[in-house]
Amino acid sequence: MSLPLLSARDLDLRFGRVVALDRVAVDIWPGEVVAIVGESGSGKTSLLRVLSGLMLPDSGRVLYDGQDVLGMGEAGRRRLMRTDWGFVHQNPRDGLRMAVSAGGNIGERLMATGARHYGNIRGAAADWLARVEIDPARMDDPPRNFSGGMQQRLQIARTLVTHPRLVFMDEPTGGLDVSVQAKLLDLIRRLVADLGLAVMIVTHDIAAARLLAHRVLVMREGVVVEEGITDRVLDDPQHPYTQLLVASVLAA
Amino acid sequence: MHEPGYNFAYLDESTKRMIRRAILKAVAIPGHQVPFGAREMPLPYGWGTGGIQVTAAVIGPTDVLKVIDQGADDTTNAVSIRRFFARTAGVATTERTADATIIQTRHRIPERPLTEDQILVYQVPIPEPLSRLEPRIAETRRLHSMADYGLMHVKLYEDITKHGHIATAYAYPVIVQSRYLMCPSPIPAFDNPKMHMMPALQLFGAGREKRIYAVPPWTEVRSLDFDDHPFRPIRAPHACALCGSTESYLDEVITDDQGGRMYVCSDTDYCNERQALAGGAT
Amino acid sequence: MSFPLVAEGLSKHFTLHLQGGVHIPVLRDVTLRVARGECVALAGPSGAGKSTLMRCLYGNYSTGSGRILVTHAGGSIDLALADARALRAVRRETMGYVSQFLRVIPRVSAAEIVAEPMIAGGRSREAAETRAIALLHRLNLPATLHGLPPATFSGGEQQRVNLARGFGPDYPVLLLDEPTASLDAANRAVVVSLITEAKARGAAIVGIFHDTEVRDQVADRLFDVTPIQDAA
Repeated sequence: MSLPLLSARDLDLRFGRVVALDRVAVDIWPGEVVAIVGESGSGKTSLLRVLSGLMLPDSGRVLYDGQDVLGMGEAGRRRLMRTDWGFVHQNPRDGLRMAVSAGGNIGERLMATGARHYGNIRGAAADWLARVEIDPARMDDPPRNFSGGMQQRLQIARTLVTHPRLVFMDEPTGGLDVSVQAKLLDLIRRLVADLGLAVMIVTHDIAAARLLAHRVLVMREGVVVEEGITDRVLDDPQHPYTQLLVASVLAA
Repeated sequence: MHEPGYNFAYLDESTKRMIRRAILKAVAIPGHQVPFGAREMPLPYGWGTGGIQVTAAVIGPTDVLKVIDQGADDTTNAVSIRRFFARTAGVATTERTADATIIQTRHRIPERPLTEDQILVYQVPIPEPLSRLEPRIAETRRLHSMADYGLMHVKLYEDITKHGHIATAYAYPVIVQSRYLMCPSPIPAFDNPKMHMMPALQLFGAGREKRIYAVPPWTEVRSLDFDDHPFRPIRAPHACALCGSTESYLDEVITDDQGGRMYVCSDTDYCNERQALAGGAT
Repeated sequence: MSFPLVAEGLSKHFTLHLQGGVHIPVLRDVTLRVARGECVALAGPSGAGKSTLMRCLYGNYSTGSGRILVTHAGGSIDLALADARALRAVRRETMGYVSQFLRVIPRVSAAEIVAEPMIAGGRSREAAETRAIALLHRLNLPATLHGLPPATFSGGEQQRVNLARGFGPDYPVLLLDEPTASLDAANRAVVVSLITEAKARGAAIVGIFHDTEVRDQVADRLFDVTPIQDAA
C-alpha cells in the first residue's frame, strides 16, 4: 500500500471571525487528480494556499513525501515550489513574467535548477510551447501580447517544464471563454495522463471537476462536507449542499 | 606622522571596530552584502565614501597606500583620497602597484597580479546586482537568502535572444563560491577574471547604500554565462600607443578635433612600468 | 472463484434534501450472484430500480447497506467499503460499465475514447489503438468517424463508441445498461456476438435489455428487480 504524496490533517484557519478552514483533512496520491469544489467563501482557495505552503494555517499538519511542509521554513518550501511542485494561478499574470519572452518564462525554471546551455534551454522551451499548442515561432514574444488562453497555456508550460510531481491549480479556467476553456481542460487532461502528475485543482466549475478529477472534495464554509470518487459525488450526492451544487449546474 | 586634531585615519576607534566587524562577517560569507553604520565623511556620496571607510578601518601606520580612479593615479579623486590618508593617517603612499599594501580603486582592477600581502578595496556605487531587475530591497534580500536568481538568469537569456550575446560591458554579475550573486562594482567585464582565485583580499564598500561585502583570498568567482555562450573578456583590439601592450585594458583618448584618437593603457602604473622596461632595454 | 460478482443484502434509498428531505427507497435487500461466463438479465418494470442496481454495482451510487464483492487482483474486495483509489483500480482492471450515455469530451476522438481504458489498464498505446479501430469497424462505425470527436454523432453512433470502449479491455465483470438501444438489426447482432464471446472467456455479465430478442439470445437467466411498494 503506497503512501499519499501529500497529506494534511486538522487544518484550521480563521480570518477574524470568518472560518476559512475547520479541521480539514485531505490526502493526494501520486498520479491522482483531486478537485476541491465549492462556492466563493467555501475555503477552497485557502485550502490550496495552505497545502502549497503559500499560507500558514492556525494549526494542523501538512506532509509532503514524509516531509513537514509547514515546519520546513520558507527556503525549503520555495525549493519545493521550484522543483517538485508547480502552481498554476487563476490569473496568468500572477504566474508569468509579462515582460519576459515566452521562451524566457519557460526557461527560467530550467535555469533555476542548473540548466546552463542556452541552445538546450531554447530547445526545451520550443518543445513545451508545441505541447501546449502555442506556435514555437512566438517563443521570443512576451506574453503581454498573448490572448488569455495562450497566457494560461504558457503558465502551464512554465510550471511543467521541470516535471513536478504535484501541481496546484487555482481556477485555471476562470475568466476564459468557453471554447478556450475546453481547449485548456483537454490540454490539462492529456498532460496529467502523459506525465502522471498529481494535481490538486480548485474550481467552482463542476463540469471541469467531472472531466479532470478522480476524486472530489466539496467544501462549504471551511468544512469538507462530502468527498469521494468524482462520478459518485456528482451523480449520487449525499450532503444537502452537494445536492444543491449539482442541481444548480446548467446543462447546455 | 598624521596631522594633529584627527584620529588616526579620521574615523574614531568605535567606528573602525564596527566596520571591522562588518568586514569580518563579509569575509566569512563571501559575496553576501553586510549592512553597516556608514558615517558622514568629508566628501559627498558618490565620491568613494564607502571605499574610504573600509580603507580607514583596515589601514595601519606601516601600510603603503595606492589609490586609483579608472586605473589612473593622477586624476583629481585619486589624488584627493591619497592626500586625505596621508594627512589623517600619515601613511606612505605610492603610485606603484608592486609597492602598495592597500590599493583603493574606483572601477578597475590593476593589471599587475596582486599578492597575498595586498588588500584591494573597491568603491561601489550600487551594491545590489539585482537592483535594475527588482527595485525592492526587501525582495532582493529574500531572493539572495533563497539563492533565487531566476531574475538574473532570465535577463541573460533575454540578452542573448535580443542581441545574440550578453549585453553587459561593466558591473558584469558574478557568482561567488557557487552561492551569492555579487556585483563586482562597475569594473569592465574584462577585469572579472582577475577576481577569480585572487591571492589578495578583496573588500567592497558602498557608502551611500551602507553595504560592505568581500571576497576572501583564493575564492572562486565565476562570471554568469551559458555553456554555449561563454563569458569572454573584451578589450579594444589595439595596442597601447605608449607601451605597446596588447593585453591590458585600454582607454580611448581623442587627440584632436578631426576625430584623431589613440588608445592607451587605463592602468597608468602598468603602462609606466612597461615603458621603463622598454626604455631600460635600449 | 466461481462468482466474480456477488451482491448481498444491497439496499439503496435516495434522500432529496432539496425537496424537503423526502426519502425514496429504491432497492431493499437485493442479493445477486453472477458466475463466470454467466449473463444475468435484470428484469422488471420501468422505474423499478434496474439502472439503480447497476450503478450501485459499479460504485457510481452509494449503498445504504449490503456488500458488493468483486474478485479482483487475486482476492475479493467489497466495493461498498472500498475507498476511491481501490474503486478506481477495480474499474481499471476488473469491472467495465457500458451506460446508456456516452460522455463526450471536447476534442477527443472516437478512437481515443475507445483506446483510453485499454491504455489505462496497461495495454500499449499502439495495441490499444489497433484494437479500438478493429472494434469500431466491427460495430460498423465508418472509418471517417474514427478520428472525430463524437459530439456530433447520432445516438446510434455514440452508442457504438460506448460499446467499443466497454468491450475493449476484456473485463472479467461487465455491466451493460441497454447495450442495443438505438442500434439497427445488424449492429444488434454484433453486440450479441460480443457478449457471447465475453461469456466464453469467462466474464460475469449483468445486463439490462429492453429488447427481449437480444435478451433471449444472451441471458442465461433473469433476475427480477421488483419496485418497493411504498407504505403510502
